[in-house]
Amino acid sequence: MKKLILSTAALALVAGFASADVVRMGTEGAYAPWNFVNDAGEIDGFERELGDELCKRANLTCEWVKNDWDSIIPNLVSGNYDTIIAGMSVTAERDEVIDFTQAYTPPDPSAFAALDAGLDVEGGVIAAQAATIQAAFIAEKGWTLIEFATPEETVAAVRNGEADAVLADKSFLDTVVGSDGLVLLERTEMIGGGVGMGVRESDQELRATFDAAIQSMKDDGTLNTLIAKWEVSSQW
Amino acid sequence: MFSYCTDPEALEGLAWLSCYLTTGKHMGLYISVVTVLVLLAITAPVALAFGFAGATAARSKFLPLRWLGKGYTSIVRGVPDIAFFMFFVIALDQGFEWLRHQVKCPDWPDAIRQGNDFVVCTAAKLPLSASPQWLHETYAFFLAVLTFAIVFGAFAANVLFGAMRAVPRPQLETAEAYGMTRRQTFWRILVPQMWVYALPGLSNLWMVLIKATPLLFLLGVEDIVYWARELGGTKNARFTDYPHGDWRMWYFFALLVFYLSFTKVSEVVLERIMKRLTHGQATSGGEAQRRANA
Repeated sequence: MKKLILSTAALALVAGFASADVVRMGTEGAYAPWNFVNDAGEIDGFERELGDELCKRANLTCEWVKNDWDSIIPNLVSGNYDTIIAGMSVTAERDEVIDFTQAYTPPDPSAFAALDAGLDVEGGVIAAQAATIQAAFIAEKGWTLIEFATPEETVAAVRNGEADAVLADKSFLDTVVGSDGLVLLERTEMIGGGVGMGVRESDQELRATFDAAIQSMKDDGTLNTLIAKWEVSSQW
Repeated sequence: MFSYCTDPEALEGLAWLSCYLTTGKHMGLYISVVTVLVLLAITAPVALAFGFAGATAARSKFLPLRWLGKGYTSIVRGVPDIAFFMFFVIALDQGFEWLRHQVKCPDWPDAIRQGNDFVVCTAAKLPLSASPQWLHETYAFFLAVLTFAIVFGAFAANVLFGAMRAVPRPQLETAEAYGMTRRQTFWRILVPQMWVYALPGLSNLWMVLIKATPLLFLLGVEDIVYWARELGGTKNARFTDYPHGDWRMWYFFALLVFYLSFTKVSEVVLERIMKRLTHGQATSGGEAQRRANA
């Protein structure tokens, strides 16, 4: 206990020397091509590159933080990091708890991946990641839904026959189809309102900063170039 | 890591594997193994200290202290671990920040709770948002140690409480007959003799503690299970130099081996400690040892 108090005191002391104006960016790191952990163990992907560029334009120092998808919103509101940049679609439900910047990718249809191209999804068992727009969509339709904590597990469930299909962003499914007999179904679902950065409701200043930075990237076309590079969505 | 790793696609067999197992991402896994071991090494003695304090308090003659000891053991033992780890830690963290906020920013005009948000002034953040990531991780690690110590301390307190009562009464009476004070009896007679009764219960706790380490991920510390899942997942050639299918089974198999061998080693060590503690005790084990040597 004494040791703990000492180390906490030491931490507090060391922490005192660092300078301000660091924005901590929270992401999941398990959703290629949006965000993932690369071979070097660093966060990489579309949102890494986008976030670094936004911070450069806004003159902010940014630090990347990995957090589980399940607890990504609670940890934002309790202040463990300052933004969520994790392929999170803007929805009315989430907007009640946190605020979003303007969307940085346009709304795109979600797609199904299955082993059988002729599958009727309405009668099948559909896998989706918990607390996503896709899971909410399936639940609303009244289809049979199984939820998983990570995107990887939703795809694995289809491979091993636990689910008949998985519903997710098309850009993510593009990275998994083609192997092990997985194919995209023709049917798509138009859900979600584009992907934006999440910030605390009390943090309007930061929201405005990132809003302006996103707008400037939209205006000079660099955002479209980045979207095309990582194949995450349609163009603006 | 090795010089021949620049083009993994051209490699095969062991050379490929040696490159694959030494990527920066795998280093994350190895570091997490060390993290878990360090966590156990720090948590076990701290939890034991919590337990000892709890047990001593629970048998105190002073009523409020007794209530404190009994309350600690019964309340903490009754709360599900996962609830404890989800809510208590966030509350603890916010509690620290609230205290610092009161001290460092007494003139702060805004409310700390704004709707869903918990907002303290920048100077009160723990650690400061500007501090490097390793500091945030160390802080999370110590929160984890404290939480584990509180939870397992409560169980240990109950075990030690029982063990103290299991020491044969005549031993204590003899001590009193020799004129020892209460304090002397406690430290010289009761404590040395109680361990043999406590050890089976404590060794159970140790085993459970080893297996509870994956709860670390709930606290934002990357543990072995997180990395095994992350590394084992399907890897697409677009995003990595080492594409592979779903290898989670192999990683979880490695985890199985790790945990089983760790518990096996623990069993052997605990067995030895038990043998040593039994020596000269008025228990059936001690009696058996005496006969074997006689």
